[in-house]
Amino acid sequence: MAKQEQVSLTGNEAVAYAFKQARPHVASAFPITPQTEMMHKFADFVANGEVDTEMILVESEHSAMSAAVGAAAAGARVITATSSAGFALMWEIVYVAASLRLPICMALVNRALSGNINIHCDHSDAMGGRDAGWIHLFCESAQEAYDNALMAFRIGEHPDVRLPVMINYDGFIISHTADSLRMLSADDAWKFVGPYKAAYSVLDTENPITVGPLDLTDYYFEHKVGEIEAHKRAFDVVRAVSAQYGALSGRGYDFFESYRLDDAEIAIVLMGSTAGTAKDVVDAHREKGVKAGLLKLRLFRPFPAAELAKALAGKKAVGVMDRAASFGAWGGPLFTEVRSALYGADRQPPVLNWIYGLGGRDCDLRQIDSVLERLADAARGKSGETVNLLGVRL
Amino acid sequence: MTLKRAHELPAGGIIVEAGNADAYNTGDWRTFKPEFVAENCIHCMFCWIYCPDTAVNIDTTAEKSRMIGFDYDHCKGCGICAQHCPPAAKGKAAIVMVRDEK
Ligand code: SF4
Ligand code: SF4
Repeated sequence: MAKQEQVSLTGNEAVAYAFKQARPHVASAFPITPQTEMMHKFADFVANGEVDTEMILVESEHSAMSAAVGAAAAGARVITATSSAGFALMWEIVYVAASLRLPICMALVNRALSGNINIHCDHSDAMGGRDAGWIHLFCESAQEAYDNALMAFRIGEHPDVRLPVMINYDGFIISHTADSLRMLSADDAWKFVGPYKAAYSVLDTENPITVGPLDLTDYYFEHKVGEIEAHKRAFDVVRAVSAQYGALSGRGYDFFESYRLDDAEIAIVLMGSTAGTAKDVVDAHREKGVKAGLLKLRLFRPFPAAELAKALAGKKAVGVMDRAASFGAWGGPLFTEVRSALYGADRQPPVLNWIYGLGGRDCDLRQIDSVLERLADAARGKSGETVNLLGVRL
Repeated sequence: MTLKRAHELPAGGIIVEAGNADAYNTGDWRTFKPEFVAENCIHCMFCWIYCPDTAVNIDTTAEKSRMIGFDYDHCKGCGICAQHCPPAAKGKAAIVMVRDEK
């Protein structure tokens, strides 16, 4: 295992360090809260000569992603970052990055979408982009944001994958909170990430290519097959890269973390920083003799449906907590995925849903406690609402 | 032209063969098409320069290039060539736009 330094950093700083250690050729970005500090820190590294990256300061997020796509199509390793409305403005090009199979790494510092305008955390930005073709990793802490940011390059750039990767971490809760974490040395990190060999480059005059041509009824569908299958192959790559990173850092990662889940009768499924709070509540219930557990999803795209169904098989009740509303849908986006993964699966448990924490509303111990109480009731066969709102004044 | 299957295509929908638009028929959504009236042509090459596609065929083997007709697999029927064809001003059009009856 590599020797590591114990440091105190915010999530934004931790990701900036990971990005520096990955030595990207190009970074393009436009500031938006709460992402700004990440690129600010990274720009410091560039200005101080600590990393040799072409920093492109653009006039909007649409341009940030456009510049990222252009640079990546030229064969560069590219990073960018955004949040909320910035991500929404990138929208069109976010899809293009995945379609062109360009492994751009982006920090998406999760923040509520307008309106009304709100700068705090929820996952509505990421959930809106869930069909864009990117790999989505979610983080519980600054440590995980750092680790996932390093692994993102290896996952996205793998020849079997070649897809852009989004490193999602909660705005302010992770991005702006100083956290204690362990960081690899620059050498060890570089040995792990390594140089990038692009699949193609528009600057390769020996092998001229056309990137992004008009693609109509005769070929568009076939090209989408490429994206669909790359996502399927990404599972093995995520596993292999995570295992290698685990051996190097001592921090193991998989599609999800199972916390006291194996023998649990009731279980919560969620993503992001709320997992820390949920673990405390699970512990408290365990002390009372209640067999509670947590499944913290790390890999949201591609969605590990089979593994998740296996981990939740036979539970007496499962509660999915969504930090995003999907208006007009039956429950939040994570709920519909989880429930669909379990439908028809072996020993299918009842699945309930709680939408919580919108616009940065604090999710405290009491709220998660009420979820576990309700799951315990459901496990005893007591009926109630399937889709619920949590921590809101009704 | 036989269409390739998904797994035969390069990742990212890129085109790796230079100039393969030549083998791809994009001239099938025309409403009008240009017809070449050879005896009125002064071989000025205006049509060849103005054509937004590459649908004007020319013969470059002689010392002076000669207009020889249209590539209807790629001509979009925009009529720009006919607009710029000089003999038309003297009432002896070398390019006449006609409805494309397919
Ligand atoms: S009609 Fe338009 S596309 Fe066709 S040859 Fe003339 S200029 Fe070119
Ligand atoms: S523009 Fe008219 S005259 Fe000139 S080459 Fe073309 S067809 Fe002939």
